[in-house]
Amino acid sequence: MVALIEAIDVSKRFAGGLRREGTLALAGLSLAIDAEKPSIIAVVGESGSGKTTLARLLLGFAEPSGGEIRYRGADLRALDRDGRRAFRHDVQAVFQDPYGVYNPFYRVDHLLATPLRRFRLAGSRAEAREVISGALRAVGLQPEEILGRFPHQLSGGQRQRVMVARALLLKPKLIVADEPVSMVDASLRATILGSLRKLTDEHGISILYITHDLATAYQISDSILVLYRAHLAEAGAVEQVVADPQHPYTQLLVSAIPRAKAARDWLEQEEAAGPNGVTPSAAGCCFAERCPVAMPACAAAPPGLYRTAPRRAVACLQYQDHPVLSRGDPGEVLSLG
Amino acid sequence: MSEPILQVEGLRVGFDHPQGLVQAVDNVSFALAPGERFGLAGESGSGKSTLALAILRMIKPPGWIASGEVWLAGRRLADLDENGIRALRLADIALVPQGSMNSLNPVLRIGRQIADAFVDHGLHLGRGEEARRIAALLTEVGLSEGVARMYPHELSGGMKQRACIAIAISLRPKVIIADEPTSALDVVVQRQVMATLARVQQDLGAAVILIGHDMGLMAQFVDRLGVMYAGRLVEVAPIAEMISKPRHPYTRALIAALPSLERRGTLAGIPGLAPLLRELPLGCPFHPRCAHATNRCHIEKPMVRDIAGAQVACHLA
Repeated sequence: MVALIEAIDVSKRFAGGLRREGTLALAGLSLAIDAEKPSIIAVVGESGSGKTTLARLLLGFAEPSGGEIRYRGADLRALDRDGRRAFRHDVQAVFQDPYGVYNPFYRVDHLLATPLRRFRLAGSRAEAREVISGALRAVGLQPEEILGRFPHQLSGGQRQRVMVARALLLKPKLIVADEPVSMVDASLRATILGSLRKLTDEHGISILYITHDLATAYQISDSILVLYRAHLAEAGAVEQVVADPQHPYTQLLVSAIPRAKAARDWLEQEEAAGPNGVTPSAAGCCFAERCPVAMPACAAAPPGLYRTAPRRAVACLQYQDHPVLSRGDPGEVLSLG
Repeated sequence: MSEPILQVEGLRVGFDHPQGLVQAVDNVSFALAPGERFGLAGESGSGKSTLALAILRMIKPPGWIASGEVWLAGRRLADLDENGIRALRLADIALVPQGSMNSLNPVLRIGRQIADAFVDHGLHLGRGEEARRIAALLTEVGLSEGVARMYPHELSGGMKQRACIAIAISLRPKVIIADEPTSALDVVVQRQVMATLARVQQDLGAAVILIGHDMGLMAQFVDRLGVMYAGRLVEVAPIAEMISKPRHPYTRALIAALPSLERRGTLAGIPGLAPLLRELPLGCPFHPRCAHATNRCHIEKPMVRDIAGAQVACHLA
């Protein structure tokens, strides 16, 4: 496999001001994104789990405190000018807030024409317009309804799709989408996620879909990483992880989603949960204090990453009979694509 | 149904807009039984929050209540003057507004902010009695008594939301209106907060109006659901019936828009956009987005009809 982007045992610690030890935002995570096989990879976790930190590291917006990010085999920090330019071309971002990313004084056209100019992708104005119109149509927008408008004249859903179109313009290999639908209405969510899925299926672009919403991740992605307090809890094919979650945190996450069904057991499950008697420690598993199946050993040392199936990894001591994955080598288990 | 605790009759709220009148709430009627959990669902802009504010007579210019009546425990709210309605807010009917966890005063301790409610409603408690009541309220919402001495920045989102619920129940209201109380929280914390709300509501015997757009949350929490579209209640039914047999095409679309955890690739949106309230289409306001719309839907606005215990505003139901 040729990896487009690899994270090798990356961690990120933010200096903590007066608290000397700082805050661990991401702990020793490895994964590889295939350059040849486009797919959607979901990164799911609650706020503070490190999912946005992972996105920023992969985009080169932040430098890892440990480990390295590689782009086509080379350390991101060591790229020369041309390498950096190729990276900026291949890896694009879509952000959470479709209101904050626009400069209100410019027409939408400006935002779409800038990348074309920067990367000299269009020979003439007419050609630029052709490319832009094509990208807008690919995300389900009518160019005549969008071009020439100011951001405030567009709805939130339209703005977010324009951002997806902007990312698409450069024909990137990977789009990192950080909570792209958390600020749009439920009815529009499906349309935007559908256009992301189309980018993968029809334009061969991989997508790292960062979200707190396990249900939409299940709907559109192929594989999934579940993060909990900076640590990888579980990774694998999305059907397996959602239908049969193995890590107790993933199990909690799946059960906590309220379902539109006749059986009303959602609130009762909450009352069933209680303290487990395990004293958490900084040295042990980060989920031990909330874990319904925690053992004394969980507080002693962090769990390894166990390979419970050919393409599945779980960081939980319950699975310690399975082979341990090396932290520094994603191997084929976390080679996603 | 026993005597309703809250009754809303033909409520209309208008807003002045440079391009004409906007009818944000249009002829809404419903009643709430004591202890009932009632949900209000719909897309953003459908008038859910405006309806909540109108019930509390908190609509500010350029908006105004155009017509309609609200009765709380048999009292007609229109008969109360501004002081009367101020006394009634929080004490009889409490609102947990949208984003309320971010409206806590950052420079006051939580206990002080709860005590404000007592002071504002003329309860002059001794210092010991006040501290005892605050501790009891915090315990009731699952927080430790020590939270009273903490500042909002020391609390997590879920803890802040519980503190807001503690303020809402401080004067033991008969009705609690919770406007998207968990929209900013993670699913695990959401369930904890909703379980807390369910418990305090049962302890008080209060009725709850839950405003939101998550049909999954509605299905698991409320007893009866009202679906709003373009300022109107288009369907009201017991929740089990609403989920298993939705009658209005918009309700069906809202349920279908909920991502399933059973089958992949089934994510469906609601076609089209919510209409602008100042340019509502003729006939049924949902007809441009409705797959089943007939000629009649284009010209005649459907009235609310009773169908086997449910109220539906659709020609085709």
